[in-house]
Amino acid sequence: MQIPVEGFMYPNEVELQWSILIVLYPFITGLVAGAFILASLERVFRVQAVKPTYRLALLTALAFLLVAPLPLQLHLGHPERSFEMYLTPHRSSAMAMFGFVYLWYLMAVLLLEIWLDYRRDIVLKSQTSTGFPRFIYRVLTLGSDNISERSLQIDERVGYFITLIGIPSAFLLHGYVGFIFGSVKANPWWSSPLMPIVFIFSAMVSGIAAVMLLYMLSTRLRGREIDMRCVDTIAQYLMYTFIIDFSLEMLDLLQRIYEADESFRSLDFMVHTRLWTSQVIVQILLGTVTPITLLALTQFLKFSATARKRIYAVAGVLTVIGIFAMRWNVVIGGQLFSKSFLGYTTYKMGFATREGLLPAIALMILPFIILWVLVKLLPPWPDAALSASGATAAHGTS
Amino acid sequence: MFKDIEHLIRLAVVMLIALIVFIVVRAHVVPRSFGQYGHYRGAALGEIASRPVALAGHEACETCHSDVADLKKQGKHVVVACEACHGAAANHADDPGSIKPAKLDTAILCARCHEANSAKPRGFPQVVTADHANGVACDTCHQPHRPKIDLQPETKGTKK
Amino acid sequence: MKITRRHLLVLMPAAAVAWKFVLAGTPEASPNYQLTEHWWAMLMDLTKCIGCGSCVRACAQENDVPDGYYRTWVERYHVTDWKIERPQVESPDGAKQGFPANELSDGKNFFVPKLCNHCADSPCTQVCPVGATFISPDGVVLVDKNYCLGCRYCVQACPYGCRFINPKTMTAEKCTLCYHRITKGLTTACCEACPTGTRQLADLKNPKDPIHEFLKTHSVQILKPHMATGAKVFYNGMDGSVR
Ligand code: HEC
Ligand code: HEC
Ligand code: HEC
Ligand code: HEC
Repeated sequence: MQIPVEGFMYPNEVELQWSILIVLYPFITGLVAGAFILASLERVFRVQAVKPTYRLALLTALAFLLVAPLPLQLHLGHPERSFEMYLTPHRSSAMAMFGFVYLWYLMAVLLLEIWLDYRRDIVLKSQTSTGFPRFIYRVLTLGSDNISERSLQIDERVGYFITLIGIPSAFLLHGYVGFIFGSVKANPWWSSPLMPIVFIFSAMVSGIAAVMLLYMLSTRLRGREIDMRCVDTIAQYLMYTFIIDFSLEMLDLLQRIYEADESFRSLDFMVHTRLWTSQVIVQILLGTVTPITLLALTQFLKFSATARKRIYAVAGVLTVIGIFAMRWNVVIGGQLFSKSFLGYTTYKMGFATREGLLPAIALMILPFIILWVLVKLLPPWPDAALSASGATAAHGTS
Repeated sequence: MFKDIEHLIRLAVVMLIALIVFIVVRAHVVPRSFGQYGHYRGAALGEIASRPVALAGHEACETCHSDVADLKKQGKHVVVACEACHGAAANHADDPGSIKPAKLDTAILCARCHEANSAKPRGFPQVVTADHANGVACDTCHQPHRPKIDLQPETKGTKK
Repeated sequence: MKITRRHLLVLMPAAAVAWKFVLAGTPEASPNYQLTEHWWAMLMDLTKCIGCGSCVRACAQENDVPDGYYRTWVERYHVTDWKIERPQVESPDGAKQGFPANELSDGKNFFVPKLCNHCADSPCTQVCPVGATFISPDGVVLVDKNYCLGCRYCVQACPYGCRFINPKTMTAEKCTLCYHRITKGLTTACCEACPTGTRQLADLKNPKDPIHEFLKTHSVQILKPHMATGAKVFYNGMDGSVR
């Protein structure tokens, strides 16, 4: 397979090292971090309006977090050696440290918070269910079925504390992904101190949009009424974070254009040719400017609830596409040009190969299957929780 | 009071067990020599260094082929190592009876070094092979190990 | 030129014994090889390079480098007049077969051999998550192929494009400065095969190494000095257009 090259590439650069799977990885971790931050909003800042999405956001975060390491794993030359990352982590490596941040976030933050929040439901279910689910619930109770008022209060307080730690952890998780790219000094397309921040904000944008879509979709599927106050608030958050995210990216861009360092001519040419569709059309116009405009319109004009729902749905989908395009442009774009700044290569995506489109699609479907199982296991619906035993735990109802 | 945080204590115990398992496993799985010289497997140095050699080096060739070496010393190809032309020949040097270096095609071999190219240093002897040799093998006129052709004025341009 | 087979056969046993030592990795230098007494580097005298690609071929044979990947390669630069920011560069098949003839007279032309710079502050070893690539105590950047994950972060981190993933082992691979040769008292395969003395292996810790005199008397550069990698391949006579 001959890879088309334009100009001069160092001979080893012609083949791309990081494929679509590595595009998925920041995209998925971004969804995790974003979903979690949305959930934390409700808890820490007590934004009652987004309450209906709290548990859904947590489960979404978990489902995606479980899938996040898979694309990495699949792309490794020796997946069986990946545990070395935990055995002999290299302290100066952003990637090694990411392993620990990931573990910390999964074990100490997300699982704990979900467990504490659901413990009452788990205990109740372990008493009412039968068969295999009963076994799972029994294991999840860790053999303690104390759900006295006092123990739940303690859970609530511990949970609050964990959320407090969780927010910086979520920032850390995705900031670190940004740092993995931002710290590569050899690559001017990546090397930027803004990278972690841009990654965090784009993560929030994609996570918020994804939870909003999932909420609207799942409520639809269950034949319930969408809580408009909730989606209005989320859409508002989406717009604000998106504006910050976009400003940061534009700041980075302006700086690059004005400084016009040695790499500029090469990168500029790349954006105008190979990245034109994915960067300018899909990411900026379709995936950023359009949703921001749509969301802004709902703020200034009075639309009916149905119209707003439709606008939110369109804006949400465009946002998620736009953020995916952004990851694509960072990861793939950063490898299309030569570090000699004299030429460009081409990314040839396989289909049914190990790092091809097919596994990528499978990896994007997997979180939804996990989410479905999680939702079956631990129903996140506020009304379901209500019907289970009357009053919800210490934090109020919607 | 204790009863109400019992589940948290159980959780802590589970986590502690996981941590201990990790530490124990780690102690057994990390290679012995890791950290001997730095953050890497010290044994790797030896493994890399023990790779067999493929190019024997011209000193090795010269021990057996002293005639060629002597001839080469008379001309400017003295600076060119045997294996630059003959290719890696350590296994030939190891077992000259059964393994022999491949025959060389001077049309390719000599041209790589001597084909005229504006990027070559000015002083380097170079020819446009198509004009210079006219398709005749270089070693019909040049002895590869001592390429200089001693020109008598009247034989200039003729073979041998 | 007249050598009889007999002559050879008489010579053979003695030479064969000597040779066995080289193969076994024990020529004089080897048993006493002290990691701490060396600090390897290379000198690249561009004024001599003829772009024949002998180094690329020798390297590929010596190290079983798969086709299409290069531990070392040669580039040909063409710079017209004052346009040193826009050189035309090519390196067909890494110059494994040398370069096709060219007679470009509008500007200057020259060859630049490249290989791992064995940086003292190497960005590639910095990013390795597990310690599978490292700087040896004698200053060579190596990959432990039995420990490498194949995550390719180091390939991204190298500013010079010197690393690649070996499609057979699926681990990162790069120039080892012929570690298996230099620790046995031999020179690297590329230096052995270089017909002009462009490439010279150098031991910076050896006060008698001619490199010290050379560095004292020539204006020498390293590649991409702004990357601050502590590169240890020193280029003599390098044009400003080289990157
Ligand atoms: C141990 C002694 C020995 C060493 C060392 C040795 N050779 Fe030879 N070589 C021989 C002998 C003996 C022959 C003749 C074999 C024959 O004709 O059967 C030979 C033949 C050759 C030939 C001619 C092959 C042919 O097709 O007729 C070449 C070329 C050659 N050697 C190159 C080399 C090079 C290059 C080296 C250095 C790497 C080298 N040899 C090292 C012993 C040696
Ligand atoms: C400039 C390239 C070149 C170099 C350097 C060179 N050879 Fe040769 N050699 C040739 C060519 C060309 C032939 C003839 C074609 C063939 O036999 O493959 C040859 C032939 C030989 C032969 C076979 C018969 C003969 O002509 O003697 C031997 C043996 C040999 N070389 C040994 C050596 C040794 C030993 C060295 C190093 C001291 C060496 N060569 C260096 C190019 C070279
Ligand atoms: C690996 C590179 C290489 C190969 C292959 C090579 N040469 Fe040379 N050749 C050299 C070098 C180096 C010199 C010396 C140049 C100098 O010192 O100016 C040289 C010099 C010469 C000279 C000039 C000698 C003189 O005394 O002026 C001739 C003629 C020559 N080579 C012919 C050949 C022929 C014929 C072949 C093919 C059999 C050949 N070369 C293969 C590298 C090579
Ligand atoms: C017909 C005989 C003949 C053939 C075939 C031949 N040469 Fe020559 N070559 C000569 C003679 C005679 C000279 C010396 C005359 C001169 O310097 O112009 C020479 C000189 C050279 C020189 C030195 C030029 C210089 O500027 O010092 C090189 C290099 C050379 N030949 C390379 C080759 C190569 C490479 C080939 C094979 C492609 C080849 N020759 C084939 C006859 C031949």
